[in-house]
Amino acid sequence: MTGWLVVTVLLLTAVAAAWTVLMIVRDESPPGDRFFVVLGVLLLALVVQLVGGVVALATTDRDVEAVTFVSYLVTVVLAPPFGAALALVERSRWGSAALLVALATVAAMEVRLEALWAAAGA
Amino acid sequence: MRELSTGPGRVLVAVYAVFAVAATGRSLVQLGTDPGRAPLAYGLSLLAAVLYLVATTCLLRGGRTARRVALVAVTVEAVGVVVVGTLSYLATGLFPDKTVWSHFGQGYGFLPLVLPFLGLWWLRASAAPEAGNRLDVRG
Repeated sequence: MTGWLVVTVLLLTAVAAAWTVLMIVRDESPPGDRFFVVLGVLLLALVVQLVGGVVALATTDRDVEAVTFVSYLVTVVLAPPFGAALALVERSRWGSAALLVALATVAAMEVRLEALWAAAGA
Repeated sequence: MRELSTGPGRVLVAVYAVFAVAATGRSLVQLGTDPGRAPLAYGLSLLAAVLYLVATTCLLRGGRTARRVALVAVTVEAVGVVVVGTLSYLATGLFPDKTVWSHFGQGYGFLPLVLPFLGLWWLRASAAPEAGNRLDVRG
């Protein structure tokens, strides 16, 4: 799997997470349109990662745990919309905190994806 | 009495949902690929998955019955993570493979250990009358 894509996703996640912390501190809720643009770009990167990950899995010689790997690729795409939905329903700091949980989940899953790929060896 | 799914409850729902998905996925993969390798560990993964799913659903639904069911599920979860966490250190032979609760949920940043107690706290806190309402009644 391509490392730069994981780095891109992690960077976007970090930007969104930092922004979310700022929103919690300033008590700005629900998130504004510009925030959702960042979240949209993150979602796009995750979709690209899903396609790229499946292609990489199909063409690699590595013995990757395929079922787990693909489940992670698919599930991680669902996290940002889930967080966004909670942030829109709960129009308070707690909604932003729920969004932060979703973003932390994306970060954790990226690390796990990379570990699954690396564990399979070259 | 506060709605279970509002305010801090929303964060709890988010975390519980993540763990429901993670534990369900984990137990399905474990039981689907090699169930004989560590039946106890995989069975516990499945139990954890069911408890997380029940807790998530109850937190979302709210109401009297959901509160009662959630209290049972979260209590079993608290006992489970402490017992399995302790056993995974003391009786390593019991667990050839990991569960969500092994080593107090170390693989998940120890969140499985914190989560049930946060759940119990929220079930209690949200059941109390709100401070604002109490003032209104007195005024």
